[in-house]
Amino acid sequence: MDELGDYIARKSGATTGIAVRLGELMLETAPDKLVALLTFLKTDPKCLFAELMDVCGVDWPEREKRFDVVYNLLSLQNNQRIRVKVATDEATPVPSAAAVYSSATWFERETYDLYGIWFSDHPDLRRILTDYGFEGHPLRKDFPLTGFVEMRWDDVQKRVIYEPVKLSQEFRRFDFLSPWEGDIPRILPGDEKATKTS
Amino acid sequence: MTDVEIKTLTMNFGPQHPAAHGVLRLVVEMDGEIIERCDPHIGLLHRGTEKLIEYKTYLQAVPYFDRLDYVSPMSQEHAFALAVEKLLGITAPERGQYIRVLFAEITRILNHLLNVTTFAMDTGALTPPLWGFEQRELLMEYYEGVSGSRMHANYFRPGGVHQDLPEGMLDSMEAWIKQFHPFVKDLEVLLNDNRIFRQRTVDIGVVSKQQALDWGFSGPMIRASGIPWDLRKAQPYDVYDRMDFDIPVGKTGDCFARYLVRIEEMVQSARIMEQCIKALRTVKGPVRIDDRKIAPPRRAEMKSSMEALIHHFKLYTEGYKVPPGETYTVVEAPKGEFGVYLVSDGTNKPYRCKIRAPGFPHLQALDMMTRGHQLADMSANIGSLDIVFGEIDR
Repeated sequence: MDELGDYIARKSGATTGIAVRLGELMLETAPDKLVALLTFLKTDPKCLFAELMDVCGVDWPEREKRFDVVYNLLSLQNNQRIRVKVATDEATPVPSAAAVYSSATWFERETYDLYGIWFSDHPDLRRILTDYGFEGHPLRKDFPLTGFVEMRWDDVQKRVIYEPVKLSQEFRRFDFLSPWEGDIPRILPGDEKATKTS
Repeated sequence: MTDVEIKTLTMNFGPQHPAAHGVLRLVVEMDGEIIERCDPHIGLLHRGTEKLIEYKTYLQAVPYFDRLDYVSPMSQEHAFALAVEKLLGITAPERGQYIRVLFAEITRILNHLLNVTTFAMDTGALTPPLWGFEQRELLMEYYEGVSGSRMHANYFRPGGVHQDLPEGMLDSMEAWIKQFHPFVKDLEVLLNDNRIFRQRTVDIGVVSKQQALDWGFSGPMIRASGIPWDLRKAQPYDVYDRMDFDIPVGKTGDCFARYLVRIEEMVQSARIMEQCIKALRTVKGPVRIDDRKIAPPRRAEMKSSMEALIHHFKLYTEGYKVPPGETYTVVEAPKGEFGVYLVSDGTNKPYRCKIRAPGFPHLQALDMMTRGHQLADMSANIGSLDIVFGEIDR
């Protein structure tokens, strides 16, 4: 698998990182080289990743380029999977893979819908999963689980209306990170006394 | 003679239509009876499963997988269980793996029975669904026997399955398989040479090998187009590598080939079931991993052991932490490749859980498949795609 990764990096010249973790091969690339890399992976006789199985986004809000777009490819010929990742932010579009793989069309529409990642040269970039006229991108980490609006049937107006969400009980999110196990460094009340010099 | 401009007629199909297999809205542009373009509008059943899973512990996320494709619940739990096991670096005990394979195949028969028979109903045959649903009810009793629930089982867990099989279930399954083979023959007699069924399905919605690859097909859809690809053989998980079964491959890639592939898969699934039953009679031992940090203790143990009680409390409130990492784990679900792309950040909740539903790319190809066909062929095409909106809309 390492061999295949090195081969792709050398031959295509479009990768910025290779890794093998948990027995899965991962490539990183830049947005401007994405289509070239995917075309290489699809057509090169040693790769032949003929099927694009999945495209999805991952949101890392603390990063400068907060989104990862993840492409999972499959080669039936060599019985091999590969993952390609591209980092981007809210404003920078990623070139669409729809010209290389037809199946990318809907996957990219979904990624745009849920994360607000733009895809340039996409044939039909519309929302797909959320409601007609929906605002916001629900899978971003800063989008609340409850959403912003709720809908109900209004008997006076005889139509469905949208209203801001009203919660009778606040959404509870417990913090399970134990301060004793040291997953994240944190200061417990009173800790500052220990370091204070007299 | 003056040129007459012919306008296409735009028609709405669904969202409530018996042949749409759920809440599918199609905007179809028609030239007379011929379909020029069709634009599926999906998302009417979108429940935000992926978002909800990000706010649940790994154990609490399992029931959401039953509710994706509600026709084949356990196959999807299987994918999630395998993904979490991969990140945790554990494997289920042998008996647990056999039980999982056994129930994954029961699930496949459940799914194909529903699809084949309702497909027949879409093309005008009413008897197959009546017969098929009787068999489905019998199989759902096994679901109920192990999990207490006919459909939303929540039975496969990371590290194995929840409980061992109840007494006598293996005998009952053997008896069921015996009567299932004649049933499949009866079903084939009803449909294989049925003139109406053939006229409605043969040469309808033909998908070539190249198209199948390009549109990301998997499962029976890609096999019907003539590509012998099955994840159970190619990338075996659990004990599939010890099973002896054949992969049916279609020749023509039309609706009829997809029907034939599904019928044969049911027979092969029954074969795998027989082998699992035989193995389960000899393979004894635990059905889930014996690690108290991942699998909860037995109820009896908790009556006397303080430590077991603490483990139980911690597992059902906090859950377990999964080491940071990411994996794209797939299973051969009845509908095709069902994948879970799981990203963990080291806490007790998944950071990202993308669900790759097989029906999503299949439905995407509907436009390509139906162009140039008549409107009546649309329902045959949708029936042969085997789509369920729980998984497509998520």
